Amino acid sequence: MNSLQQIYTILHKDILLELRSKDIITTMLIFSLTVVVIFNFVFEPGSEEMATSAPGILWVAFAFASNLGLSRSFAREQENSNMQGLLLCPVDRSAVFTAKVAGNVLFIFLVELITLPVMVLFFDLHIGPVWLPLLGTLILGTLGFATVGTVFSAISANTRSREVMLPIMLFPVTVPIILAAIKSTSYLLAGRDMSQVWSWLRLLIAFDVIYFVVCFLLYEYVVEE
Amino acid sequence: MNSIRSSHLVLIILTFIVIEIALYLSFLYAPTESTMGDVQRIFYFHVPSAWASFLAFFIVCAASIAFLRTGKAHWDRLAASSAEIGVLFITIVLLTGPLWAKPVWNVYWTWDARLTTSLVLWLIYIAYLMVRNYTTDPERGARFAAVFGIIGFIDVPIVYMSIRWWRTLHPAPVIAGGEGSGLAPEMFRTLMFNLFAFSILFITLLVLSYRISTLEKQLQALKHQS
Repeated sequence: MNSLQQIYTILHKDILLELRSKDIITTMLIFSLTVVVIFNFVFEPGSEEMATSAPGILWVAFAFASNLGLSRSFAREQENSNMQGLLLCPVDRSAVFTAKVAGNVLFIFLVELITLPVMVLFFDLHIGPVWLPLLGTLILGTLGFATVGTVFSAISANTRSREVMLPIMLFPVTVPIILAAIKSTSYLLAGRDMSQVWSWLRLLIAFDVIYFVVCFLLYEYVVEE
Repeated sequence: MNSIRSSHLVLIILTFIVIEIALYLSFLYAPTESTMGDVQRIFYFHVPSAWASFLAFFIVCAASIAFLRTGKAHWDRLAASSAEIGVLFITIVLLTGPLWAKPVWNVYWTWDARLTTSLVLWLIYIAYLMVRNYTTDPERGARFAAVFGIIGFIDVPIVYMSIRWWRTLHPAPVIAGGEGSGLAPEMFRTLMFNLFAFSILFITLLVLSYRISTLEKQLQALKHQS
């Protein structure tokens, strides 16, 4: 098996597991919707602020939901010593890492795809002309978040306080990702010039690459027994 | 065995002397700033503390890389000691900053690039200490902390750059400005000396803290034997 096949096999296993239980996506989805509903109380109905704050709310909802999904996805690997089995397989650690990141991106992105239209409805957003770059922003932001989260969820699962540690590690480190994602989303929704959006998207891509390389190199030290 | 080694004693005395000189320079030698007044003197402690914290976090990252490559426990102890002292200095930065900002900016806090970065930095290294202490298996905890220490340090310039793009208000660096940078020669000399003094202070704290963790480890080993 070459490494692409290895990645695909591990990813396939994760997708199958999720299709059977559906617990990660369901929890994330309900949670992100709850966050959106709670934020709605901050604003006067129909006020201008609502539209300008929407990108921030969107990403807060996604970040919190991802945090939940990431810790759940690693906890699943710990049940029945799943991770040990995976590490005993004759596959490279980097294949395991890439497959886990891909799985996490996929699940989080699905949740975002469902939350976004709900947000559009609730907050009366106009995404018609910008839906394609908006989806790009979602994927790029999610990729950065999931990359760092894949390493940190493996760490937090082995600490005494378990899931509690994940947000404490994840949020400060991913500040640049969240910031760049919020900025490009808000520029897109405000109908700003594409060149302004692009300057933030470029930054987001650069961050994604840096985080991916660093986490890729360090992952083996985290899962090592 | 002596409780304090003579080399440590020399370091402590040296630190005492340079810090005394630093205090003299900051409060008596350096002239009073014309618009800000005496509150500007906090600058002589604020900037060197920031410098010492960066030094500390750099050592955390370097020692973490060395630990992951060699697996030698002393690198891990060095990283842990350095992180603790780094958190101390960055806390001083976060406390002295608002004290200066209130009379000068009229607010304690503003979400400017450098301020926000310092706060994020503080959060990252608090998390670093928590990872280390909350992991049940110490050998694993050391590895986790090393991984987090490396990612955290690489993150610092990224956080700074991203927030700088967003907004900045903090006074621009006055040191590299040369002529017209607004820093009188006495102020410049004071700042330079304080940077040196705080580096010495940092090194002394690091050496002592490292020594304590080494002794703790020996004590653990002795307890294990008996």
